[in-house]
Amino acid sequence: MKFTTALLLTALLGFALPLYAPWWSFAISSLLVALVIPQKPWRAFLAGFAGLFLLWGVQSAWLDSANSGLLSSKMAAMFGVGSGIVLILVTAFLGALISGGAALAGSFVVQPKRVRATVVEEQEAAETTAE
Amino acid sequence: MRLIPFLLSAAVTTTLVVVMDMQLPLKGSKTPRLGYFLSPATGFWQNAENVSSNFDLHLQSGQLHGKAEVYLDDRLVPHVYAQQENDVYFVQGYLHAKFRLWQMEFQTHAAAGRLSEVLGAGKNDAILNHDKMFRRLGMVYAAENSLKAMEADTLTKNACDAYTAGVNAYVSALKEADYPLEYKILNYKPEPWSNLKTALFLKYMSYELAGFEQDFENTNARSLLSKEVFEKIYPYGQDSLDPVISGEVPIALPANNVQRPAGADSAYLHFAEPTRAIDSIMKPNKNNGSNNWAVHGSKTKSGRPILCNDPHLSLNLPSLWYEMQLSAPGYNAYGVSFPGAPAIIIGFNDSCAFGVTNAERDVRDYYETTFKDSTMQEYRYNGAWQKTTFRDEIIRIKDAASDTEHIAMTVMGPVMYDKHFPDILQSGKAYACRWKAHDASNELRSFILLDKAKGYNDYIDATATFQCPGQNMAFASKSGEIAIRQQGQFPAKWRRQGDFVMPGEDSSYAWQGNIPEQANAVMLNPGRGFISSANQYPYDTTYPYYLGGVYQPYRGLIINRKLASMNNITVEDMQHMQTDNYNVFAAMAKPVLLHYMNESALSAKELRYWNQLKQWNTRNDADETGPTIFTSFWDSLKLFVYRDELHLQKHSLPVTEPEASTLLEGLLKDSAYVFADDITTPEKETVTDMVVKAFKSVAPVLQAAEEKNELVWGRFKKSRITHLLRLPALSRTGLFSGGGTNVINAFTETHGPSWRMVVELTDETNAWGVYPGGQSGNPGSAYYDNFINEWLDGKYYKLQNVKKEAIEKQEALKGVMVFEKA
Repeated sequence: MKFTTALLLTALLGFALPLYAPWWSFAISSLLVALVIPQKPWRAFLAGFAGLFLLWGVQSAWLDSANSGLLSSKMAAMFGVGSGIVLILVTAFLGALISGGAALAGSFVVQPKRVRATVVEEQEAAETTAE
Repeated sequence: MRLIPFLLSAAVTTTLVVVMDMQLPLKGSKTPRLGYFLSPATGFWQNAENVSSNFDLHLQSGQLHGKAEVYLDDRLVPHVYAQQENDVYFVQGYLHAKFRLWQMEFQTHAAAGRLSEVLGAGKNDAILNHDKMFRRLGMVYAAENSLKAMEADTLTKNACDAYTAGVNAYVSALKEADYPLEYKILNYKPEPWSNLKTALFLKYMSYELAGFEQDFENTNARSLLSKEVFEKIYPYGQDSLDPVISGEVPIALPANNVQRPAGADSAYLHFAEPTRAIDSIMKPNKNNGSNNWAVHGSKTKSGRPILCNDPHLSLNLPSLWYEMQLSAPGYNAYGVSFPGAPAIIIGFNDSCAFGVTNAERDVRDYYETTFKDSTMQEYRYNGAWQKTTFRDEIIRIKDAASDTEHIAMTVMGPVMYDKHFPDILQSGKAYACRWKAHDASNELRSFILLDKAKGYNDYIDATATFQCPGQNMAFASKSGEIAIRQQGQFPAKWRRQGDFVMPGEDSSYAWQGNIPEQANAVMLNPGRGFISSANQYPYDTTYPYYLGGVYQPYRGLIINRKLASMNNITVEDMQHMQTDNYNVFAAMAKPVLLHYMNESALSAKELRYWNQLKQWNTRNDADETGPTIFTSFWDSLKLFVYRDELHLQKHSLPVTEPEASTLLEGLLKDSAYVFADDITTPEKETVTDMVVKAFKSVAPVLQAAEEKNELVWGRFKKSRITHLLRLPALSRTGLFSGGGTNVINAFTETHGPSWRMVVELTDETNAWGVYPGGQSGNPGSAYYDNFINEWLDGKYYKLQNVKKEAIEKQEALKGVMVFEKA
């Protein structure tokens, strides 16, 4: 549940913020989401990553399909990356990587200090059952 | 908190953002800021225009005086209906900006020598040197002079002010995400428009059309040849000449009292042999030409005149032209406009049609300037030292320190070359450039008045003040008149003045005033029933003023021949003629080549190509091999004939290339053409020797082309229409097409008919047109290049210069825009 909420919130804020702020401002919202919804680092990363991957992937695929791929094929040729589909994936991956990294950083802020390995394992087990 | 993992992941992410927000070096160029460029919120995805976009708009502005409506038809051509005349130009500016903003700014940056600002200095400073060249040629100086003239005339001042306001209404509302694609690729921002930018754009056209000269090359050739030989290789006039203004018009001209300096024949400079290889001198395309003609009602099926025009220019994307209808009380014009300037440039209205071709006259000369010392504060003039004035022009360079051009200004013009910007011949001297485009002029007035012209008298009034670039202005009206005149302000020259670099310290070599206006003769309703021009000589050489320049006789010849033989002409006939691939030059040259060839000297392989040439119908159609063989062979023959006289083997100074007509006319006149002999050998070579040698030398080239399956003309020619940034992904390459030099369909490699228009002046105007591009400058738009295939196929669109009531009802409209006074 937490994962899905984090993912959706990441996508939502990642869409809204760059309407008013620079293109990379989604990194800040992705970090904030990880602060507000604490998760284990790898889960936070995945939620941040997937949120932006879906957002940028769907956004660019949407624009591309309305455009019948006219521009993406030209841009793919300019970058030498084969096809517009590849460019959609590259776009989604780039946004996802930055967002995931920001979320990961955020998760470490709210993560308790690692004391003993066993404690962490117990916590993990508890969290998994809770979900 | 886990500090170290936090710091690590934060650092990696921040670095990623920073790197993705930077332009990264790539093969001597730079990438866009990749994060910004790929972001669907801000980057190129935003330029991926919906293919079924609707362009509706409602805009209010305090700078409008009334209401204006725009209907975008199925081809995205706007039909503008304004209640107030100047509002038409506001809307035109807005539409130019909306659909062509990047190109209009880029072209004016090029004109103003500002490309380094957005592109950087370039490889080996190529872009910076381009900027310096334009600054030193005096482009900004020229635009400032003309701006004063444009703003001193209320008609053009109001039009330019409204136009600029319209552009800026669009630019000021732009968000980063809406920037045209090229701004995102190059990472810069649009700036506000100004009337100066319009003046700069028009000066750029003057550069393209009245900036061609070969003064240094001629000077080199003259220093290699005797006067007699020079006159033979570079003759004044042509045997095959059929001038624009034919003998039917009696030209009552004032006597030419231009004084030729006594020492003119010996004043030529001699350049020393260069120590390094010489780059080619940057020039506008010599083929910047055009065709226009009009036929009288006595020769047409409808009994009404038909006017045709196809201007030949470099073909780029976005296209130089933007098609539109402009209408307001007292104004209803349709045609093509220049994004960057108000008015319709080539088109028609409810009374008449008008079109232009280039005059090709030489209005750009060089003067060697002697400075007293290296500070260049004083220069020698008429035996005394004259004070220099200076223009400092700052060239900003992307990611580097600015460069200041300290340009010396003399009575002979700005000093283009000096030790700070050496001439290409490495002579180490200083040369001032005198160019007609430097003078204050107001060409826009002519176009605005032509747009409104009701008849012949208005046409004369509109064109009378047109100065530069000189044009052959064709006219036809619904009342039945057809007319043409070569109009421009031309310096009155003595014979050969300005063909060579001249001494700058002697005022007797300066331009001595202009050819009087009435000497720009008008040909009105000639008995032969048509008028035409195709960059040939305007008059024959009995014209009292020297007509220096480079003229191409052959297109004019075939146009006149065809028109003379045609009757009952229809619009379709004119369309066929405009797209015709018949090569009249080849038709004249082929029998000569056949006559001189010694077939027994050819190998079996060579003979195969030779037979293809023999069988060729002299049409430059795309699927013929004849044009490939002929063109390669002719170029080679010209080289073999003249290279000894012009020292092309050992001399590395650039010399003027002799014209095709010179060689052909020489061979037609004289079977023992004197230049056939290779003067570097003891033997006496004949024309046959040269013809055989030339053909043998191209056989391997033809074979190589054949092996790549590129022997047919449509592939050999490598025609393409390239984006202004030369990005292949945004260009259309590999266009299989016919046409070429000396052909009415003048489509060469990257150059050709930039707008084809046929207007029949029936009661309801019957007009057709097409240009190789599309109405949108956005490479992400379906309207970016959608006319190219039609253009390649020689097809035309019906041009609708219609009333608002008619267009309103159309179902395929792509948008309705309403502009209102705020």
